[in-house]
Amino acid sequence: MLAAEDLAARRGGRVVFAGLSLQAAPGEALLLLGPNGAGKSTLLRVLAGLLRPAAGRVAWDGEDVALDAAAHGARTRYLGHQDAIKPALTPREDLGFWARLRGGDPDAALAALGLSALAGLPCRTLSAGQRRRLALARLALGDAPLWLLDEPTLGLDSVSVGRLGALLAGHRARGGIVLAATHLPLPLPGARELGL
Amino acid sequence: MIAVFLREIRLALRHPAEALAAVLFFIIVCALFPFGVGPSPDALARLAPGALVTAALLAALLPLDRLFAGEAEDGSLDLLLTTGLPPALLAAAKAAAHWTVTGLPLLLATPVSAALLALPVEGWGVAILALALGSAILSLLGTLGAALTLGARRGGVLLPLLVLPLAVPVVIFAAGAIEAAAGGGEARPFLLLLGAFLAGALPLAPLAAGAALREG
Repeated sequence: MLAAEDLAARRGGRVVFAGLSLQAAPGEALLLLGPNGAGKSTLLRVLAGLLRPAAGRVAWDGEDVALDAAAHGARTRYLGHQDAIKPALTPREDLGFWARLRGGDPDAALAALGLSALAGLPCRTLSAGQRRRLALARLALGDAPLWLLDEPTLGLDSVSVGRLGALLAGHRARGGIVLAATHLPLPLPGARELGL
Repeated sequence: MIAVFLREIRLALRHPAEALAAVLFFIIVCALFPFGVGPSPDALARLAPGALVTAALLAALLPLDRLFAGEAEDGSLDLLLTTGLPPALLAAAKAAAHWTVTGLPLLLATPVSAALLALPVEGWGVAILALALGSAILSLLGTLGAALTLGARRGGVLLPLLVLPLAVPVVIFAAGAIEAAAGGGEARPFLLLLGAFLAGALPLAPLAAGAALREG
């Protein structure tokens, strides 16, 4: 159970949002909507523990996440705007590295996003959509209850959006929470919307 | 932490040019001294200890500004900081990888540079030992500097200004050790002081770098 109370965040001295509260129970999905610059990405970074809130607190099962950053990191999967891909590594090596840090099976994650055929190619040869799929494949590694996704479908074709939908549905069926910032329709049936 | 270290090594092996550039820089700087000072072995040998240490430290500094900047630019740093891995361990892994990728090749090139500077052969063993300790200290201090200057515009210029003053004791003791060994004196006290500096930097620099990364 994720809860944020009275959150405020600042970027470069400017208050991006203030007095924001939200709750998400296991199995729930929350869509963050709003125009460019409304603070969707900033909110995700605060919830991931990458940015300290200017006011308020983020709690998991009632406990402030700032008290145990390592535990919050272990339960969180953050997908940023950037794909965090090293051009010199292959998708299998990339996922193998993250699997060593977070557990999980790299080959199953590659298969879940339809990347098995590309597993041995250097990432510099991948297209933008394929790179996004590799970034999404990291979500399938290990078992973290909280997924924070920033524009997850950017550059994806419809088949890949379907694969992401299956991944998200499986995650929610296991009791996982999804928070996604987006401008595009996402395969998240029954998601609540939060306007920023 | 070992996974981060191994990934760094693998990336460095895919792009060997960066580590090679540091080694070549080290050798070329040492090769310039005879042109400036003149080829007289006596004059060169007097300069050699200090020149060797200074050149090695400057060479090791070259790849430092990309240590965290590359990770920050492609988004990897955000992911690394949300794995639950303590930032101090991440910094320690980065420092260890920097030393392996840059420091070790510099040690291998030390005999070449020592010969160019006409350092007496009796001093070569101690020179390698002193540079091993000195470059390890610089890797730790440099990791701290790289973490602190991350996100600053012109961080590449700021980094040497932050790190080099802290490295003054390294230059003094490492050059002292080499000079003593080349002149038939006792190098041990200098090496022990370098070791003490390393023992202090080993826990403190990664902790401070980790704190800087978390704030960044």
